[in-house]
Amino acid sequence: MYTYDTYDQAMVDARVAEFRDQITRRIAGEMTEDQFKPLRLMNGLYLQLHAYMLRVAIPYGTLDSRQMRMLAHIARTYDRDYGHFTTRQNIQYNWIKLEDCADILEELATVEMHAIQTSGNCIRNISSDQYAGAAADEVTDPRPWAELLRQWSTFHPEFSYLPRKFKIAVIASPEDRAAMRLHDIGLELIRQDGALGARVFVGGGMGRTPMIAPEINPFVKADDLLSYLEACLRVYNRYGRRDNIYKARIKILIHEIGADAYRRQVATEFAHVKTLGIDPPLAELERIAAFFAPPAYDAANVEPDRTDPDFAVWLDQNVKPHKQAGYAIVNISLKPIGGIPGDATSAQIDVMADLAEKYSFDELRVTHAQNIVLPYVAKRDLYAVWHALRDAALADANLDLISDIIACPGLDYCSLANARSIPVAQKIATRFADMDRQRDLGELKLKISGCINACGHHHAGHIGILGVDKKGVENYQLTFGGSGAEDVSIGKIIGPGFDEDGVVDAVEKATEVYKALREGDERFLDTYRRVGLEPFKEAIYG
Amino acid sequence: MVEFRYRTDEVTEQPSVTLDAFLDQSNATAVRLEPDDDARALIPFLDRLTLIEVAFPKYRDGRGYSAARILREAGYQGELRAQGDVLVDQIAFMRRCGFDSFAPESSLNPDAVARALAHYDHAYQGAADAVVPIWKLRHG
Amino acid sequence: MKLLTGNDLGSGAVTWWTGNGWSIHVEDAADVGEHGEAILHAEEGARRVNAPYIIDALPTEDGPRPAHIKDRIRALGPTVRTDLTLKPADPAAGDWII
Repeated sequence: MYTYDTYDQAMVDARVAEFRDQITRRIAGEMTEDQFKPLRLMNGLYLQLHAYMLRVAIPYGTLDSRQMRMLAHIARTYDRDYGHFTTRQNIQYNWIKLEDCADILEELATVEMHAIQTSGNCIRNISSDQYAGAAADEVTDPRPWAELLRQWSTFHPEFSYLPRKFKIAVIASPEDRAAMRLHDIGLELIRQDGALGARVFVGGGMGRTPMIAPEINPFVKADDLLSYLEACLRVYNRYGRRDNIYKARIKILIHEIGADAYRRQVATEFAHVKTLGIDPPLAELERIAAFFAPPAYDAANVEPDRTDPDFAVWLDQNVKPHKQAGYAIVNISLKPIGGIPGDATSAQIDVMADLAEKYSFDELRVTHAQNIVLPYVAKRDLYAVWHALRDAALADANLDLISDIIACPGLDYCSLANARSIPVAQKIATRFADMDRQRDLGELKLKISGCINACGHHHAGHIGILGVDKKGVENYQLTFGGSGAEDVSIGKIIGPGFDEDGVVDAVEKATEVYKALREGDERFLDTYRRVGLEPFKEAIYG
Repeated sequence: MVEFRYRTDEVTEQPSVTLDAFLDQSNATAVRLEPDDDARALIPFLDRLTLIEVAFPKYRDGRGYSAARILREAGYQGELRAQGDVLVDQIAFMRRCGFDSFAPESSLNPDAVARALAHYDHAYQGAADAVVPIWKLRHG
Repeated sequence: MKLLTGNDLGSGAVTWWTGNGWSIHVEDAADVGEHGEAILHAEEGARRVNAPYIIDALPTEDGPRPAHIKDRIRALGPTVRTDLTLKPADPAAGDWII
């Protein structure tokens, strides 16, 4: 894990002091809400339906037990005893007081955490692969690169008033576990002629106009990367649309001028920016990488005892292969049947912190699917981990199954939402509560957004659900065929919308069509891609 | 009105002209850039300019930050003024991008501006000011 | 009827204009009639409310009922956590929203 040096610590400490000063000026009336809003947003503070909401950054989804415990402490002390893990690997608190906010950030700073740039029209928290450092298929650990980008983008003076928000993801595996091409910039680290560099995709995103990012550069060398990104951002800052908030993301610029024109403009700008000397030497990447050295693995390779059938089911569903023999990656589902996707109580957060400290070299990850990962668990400890998780109601064996639903907070919490998301997730999970039935359906990624902003990633769902406001009544549209993985695609709306119960019925009918038509070990997505929409439409609307 | 100026030379008396007017004919030594003007159009003339005024009609429109850096990167040494909807909490970033004078539409509290400029001792990235980025401090 | 609502600047709590102040209970909300804009500007200027806006509502026996579901959820709390609403002891309170 990266550890702050005195410079890093000074930056977050200064930010706390700065925001405290800004809050004081706001409460004293020296700033209007309109003037204060971008400042609080750049510290992750929203005004939501019921209260202020604070989004705390978990850079590239990596944290240690001390930081995890701090998240529990914040929930217990300043909120209502729970937190919500988000699709951008962050955590949100729903009941924060403006008057407490500086104190919260001060507490977070003591464990090298912050809420910097978790909102606003700036470069947001860098996201990454939750299996980084543990995945067998990675070319390199993407986290040092993500940390390099975190530092470069933090308080970037030129790019803090961009046309719109800007999200960057970094992966280093052919399997995309971070929806990389649905980001404003997606970086896939690759090796070319022995040297590491990045394939650069620009202009992806979900929201109102979903787009898959085109490749803008097949290989940018490590020591050119920041200059190249600076060029990408500068072209966007100068020419991205500012006349219409719905057309202000970089995907619209690239769509309008074309990937080739954008690529040329970036190349010209890069040729200039590269002369400015803004790229750190490779020694800086190496300095950061040293913090992410592999842990001191135990050589023993002890397979777990599979006698307990419930444990065996969890092993098969939630535990993934590790690059180190004798170790495994444990996924902790935050999707109990009937629960709120991504929510965890303070007590559960503490349990996960304890398990990380005891069994996972003190490390945890947050996934974009709103689950938690223990990345380095020795196989011989898996049974003990599972037992402890079960005692904390954290052992649901439903990873990537139909009840492992991504859902935005929706109209229960969010001031932008048009419809509630969570109750739909709860009803679907409850309908499919039978675990044998879920496992029979196999991998089925169901994602629910409560409005067109698509925070619930519905465009990337094998089955996606979009809540809309139909004359004051909640209505739900179904989309099929999306994927946020390496087989990335945008789902298509299948027809007229449904009410809450109607959409649950429609999902169930779709699964029946899939079961009738699937061949071999096809997933729902594969069958849909092969047979097309018609048989599904007939069953649902026929 | 210029409220904050971080230069010691004399203030230019000449009123600034629009970019179009300047490129047309003018012998003016002061130009005003609107957000959608291309700052690079001025690069051939930087030697004879003493003031470039960059308009911020709305503080949320950040194009002026790029304009400022582009001008400084091209070697412009004269006064670079941010004019318009310039607020306390934007000034530190503007300084980093090369602005050295500020003409906010609504008067700013000088103490608040001084505090805003003093919050950070260091910066992670190089920009148009003299701040040495943290990575360089780390690696000498 | 028209109601004026917003959030408390410091705590962020949802509040309703009662005619002479602010309450967290929508039952206390007063019809602002045509005066909503004037009250809104005065109260926002004095920082007694943040992000205020005017909504339509219907008078009922139990007090005003906001016309839009969003404001009914604001008035009560999240439907998926009745324990965190203003009426935690009443599990049926959520029925008022739908």
